[in-house]
Amino acid sequence: MSEDILDQLTQSDYKYGFTTDIETDIIPIGLSEDVVRIISAKKNEPEWMLEFRLKAYRHWLTMEMPSWAHLEIPKIDFQSIAYYAAPRKNAPQSLDEVDPELLKTFNKLGISMEEQKMLSGMAVDVVMDSISVKTTFKESLAEKGIIFCSFSEAVEHHPDLVQKYMGSVVPYADNFFATLNCAVFSDGSFVYIPKGVRCPMELSTYFRINAINTGQFERTLIIADEDSYVSYLEGCTAPMRDENQLHAAIVEIIAMKNAEVKYSTVQNWYPGDKNGVGGIYNFVTKRGICKGDSSKISWTQVETGSAVTWKYPSCILLGDNSSAEFYSVAVTNHHQQADTGTKMLHIGKNTSSHILSKGISAGKSQNSYRGLVKINPKAENARNYSQCDSLLLGDKCGAHTFPYMEVDNDTAIVEHEATTSKINEDQIFYCNQRGISTEDAVGLIVNGYAKEVLNQLPMEFAVEAQKLLQITLEGSVG
Amino acid sequence: MEQQYIDLYKQHHESIKKHSTGVMNDLRDDAFALFEKLHFPTVALENYKYSDLKAGLSIDYGVNINRIPIPVNPYEVFTCDVPGIHSYLYFVVNDAFYPVKDIRNNSLPEGVIIGSVNQVAETHPELVKQYFGKLSSKKEDGLIAFNGAFAQDGFFMYVPKNVVLDKPVQLVNIMRSDVDFMANSHNLIILEEGAKAQLLVCDHTVDDVRFLSNRVTEVFVSENATYEHYKLENMHVKTTNLATLLIDQQASSNVLANVITLHNGQTRNMVEIDLDGEHCETLLCGMVIGDKNQQVDNFTSIIHNKPNCHSRELFKYVLDDMAKGGFTGKLYVAKDAQKTAAFQTNRNILLSKTAKMRTKPQLEIYADDVKCSHGATIGQLDESAKFYMQARGISGEEARLLLMFAFTNDVIENIRIPALQDRIKLLVEKRLRGELSKCEGCVICQ
Repeated sequence: MSEDILDQLTQSDYKYGFTTDIETDIIPIGLSEDVVRIISAKKNEPEWMLEFRLKAYRHWLTMEMPSWAHLEIPKIDFQSIAYYAAPRKNAPQSLDEVDPELLKTFNKLGISMEEQKMLSGMAVDVVMDSISVKTTFKESLAEKGIIFCSFSEAVEHHPDLVQKYMGSVVPYADNFFATLNCAVFSDGSFVYIPKGVRCPMELSTYFRINAINTGQFERTLIIADEDSYVSYLEGCTAPMRDENQLHAAIVEIIAMKNAEVKYSTVQNWYPGDKNGVGGIYNFVTKRGICKGDSSKISWTQVETGSAVTWKYPSCILLGDNSSAEFYSVAVTNHHQQADTGTKMLHIGKNTSSHILSKGISAGKSQNSYRGLVKINPKAENARNYSQCDSLLLGDKCGAHTFPYMEVDNDTAIVEHEATTSKINEDQIFYCNQRGISTEDAVGLIVNGYAKEVLNQLPMEFAVEAQKLLQITLEGSVG
Repeated sequence: MEQQYIDLYKQHHESIKKHSTGVMNDLRDDAFALFEKLHFPTVALENYKYSDLKAGLSIDYGVNINRIPIPVNPYEVFTCDVPGIHSYLYFVVNDAFYPVKDIRNNSLPEGVIIGSVNQVAETHPELVKQYFGKLSSKKEDGLIAFNGAFAQDGFFMYVPKNVVLDKPVQLVNIMRSDVDFMANSHNLIILEEGAKAQLLVCDHTVDDVRFLSNRVTEVFVSENATYEHYKLENMHVKTTNLATLLIDQQASSNVLANVITLHNGQTRNMVEIDLDGEHCETLLCGMVIGDKNQQVDNFTSIIHNKPNCHSRELFKYVLDDMAKGGFTGKLYVAKDAQKTAAFQTNRNILLSKTAKMRTKPQLEIYADDVKCSHGATIGQLDESAKFYMQARGISGEEARLLLMFAFTNDVIENIRIPALQDRIKLLVEKRLRGELSKCEGCVICQ
């Protein structure tokens, strides 16, 4: 394949690059105990919440940023980041009250709320710079007893649930970025599905980073009570800008007996320009626990954005017969770096996990899979199958695999397979012969390669994800 | 733990140097400085994640700095021979080359030099100087640095251009001491263009004391040369065996390395093979049969620096009782190493509830026109295959054994010395039947 074609294919610009002029309420940059107190005060939080934040902040001071990942990250000055920004006008009651500028932004993103409400049947909890501006479909969900609201609302109205489960999966001292999040998190989503309820629609939230130099510290907590089911979608796009932005979110999922949670992500944050300037730092801690017997958690992610991605959606398989899945497509281009994968900790009996990871690297990017499968001594009959494939487009990029398997039980069966290759010349030739241009052929092959993962996404998302793959890798925009 | 060795070096570096050779001494102070900085590796280091060496290293070992000859006749104490093998036989007792005339009266082909590093450094100083420490001194590793500071001698082999050694060279390392003892040695093996050699390294212990062996072996394989390295370990449970094997391959060379651990205490093999020329071929194999409290960690890396090379890696573990296995297989393909084909397989069987296995295959690839894969499994024997055999009148126990032989056979088949292959087959069979949970002829392990 000639280099020109690859260059063409891999040098498209970021489609969603724009910033919206909305007045934001920013507290001075920097991080101190006072800042933590101000954030808490601004959000009218109860005392226990402030205590939690302060505990985390004090612990964070003792920690150092880890360096084990296969990433090159310039030193981050945590004192030059603003830790809180909220649209100045307080949460409006209806769409009419929403700032027209904000609505325009959503329209540019193609997620017009009216349309979403009318057509897709999704409840959208729109997060624009850290504060939940509008929550839709809440009432129809409330009928079933489902709680789907912003994290701050949950703190206000459901303190018992928040207190019981917050930090139970990702403890405040878990890791550097999670601890930082615990100290300064702004807002996020809260989901509670009561016993025996099957959530009738896909729950969805859009994260969008908007104010200059604000770290986005989201926190999501999903609790699925016994015999319930929920599918949760998270998708992101962010405006173009030159300074690196830090994103350190936490997602916690708790699945009780027989519950099933499906969590899908499409991540398309600004990856920086062709020369590697700017872009989002995405350091996310995502973890779910299959607490009850026969529970199931499924992570699906399509990672196309961010300058640096560092995340490992994990599962703790505590309940007997519980199962977990991880499906991932990670695409890196230009100077992007990704170190992503999963952790599966088997503790209960007869637990099973399945990992499918597809990495695609182009340009000068570095794409790593890093995963841990750990079978505890008491996890009888545990089963794991992992497959990670890497596809290389171009001779300046890198694809790496770092799987860890730690088995302490003789009844376990753990398998891992990984391959690395480039697009087969024969396949392109075959397409060319049939009148398909090389550019289209590469698109076709890449989409086919990622199909197994894309198939796991809900319909609406699958379409967007496919487009994102094309935008990231091809000259034309879908 | 490090401090006593740091003090020891500071006090006695004069006598360490006095009993060694100039080539080794030239690198000694730098190695010591590095060791002072790095200390002994701990599990906190990514490369030592699966080797907890703390217990093995914290014992107060004796060292033989002044090179006092240890009275031993290796032919008397050495019993684990490979019958039927015709070889050039040499002994290293602890860390000293045992100066005996080859009793089998083999005469080496012309130009081949085999001896101790100290000896050869006197007769062929240029040769030793050209190669010694070229690979090991670049490594940022606490154990290699420690070896650099304390090793005073080692085994040396040189095969000149286009010379083919008609028989394998057998090097028997015997650990012999009346007190807990530590041996550091640094071996150097050089194959000139088109040369061909096979080396069989057997590790044995003969006394019921605790041993620590820290050995670094450097191998230089020139263009078109063929080298086979077999390491067969049969040591008692109180031994900590740390072996580093560094191989540098030039264009069109062919290397087979086979690391077999049948019985040991704690073992860490670090194997690093650098492919520095085009069209190299590499096969790295290993097998571990572990029980009791044995710990084995194979830390391997194959570095493809040049295009058009082909490497294969195969490691198999059978772990019983409280045995603990670790495997790291790093496959590195540098930026311009196009057309690389590299395949790696690691398969493990756990036979008991308390056996543990940790495996970490990894691919690091910076070139796009490559075919690389790795596969790793941890599991049990195939129940349906066992059932199939039982349905045909083979007893359950026998079926289990058959499956295990089949499992380990892949590795054994890669041994290209027929007598050794037969011997290992037999040893493995005995081992799997549970007849031999210790080295043959040994009375130390119960």
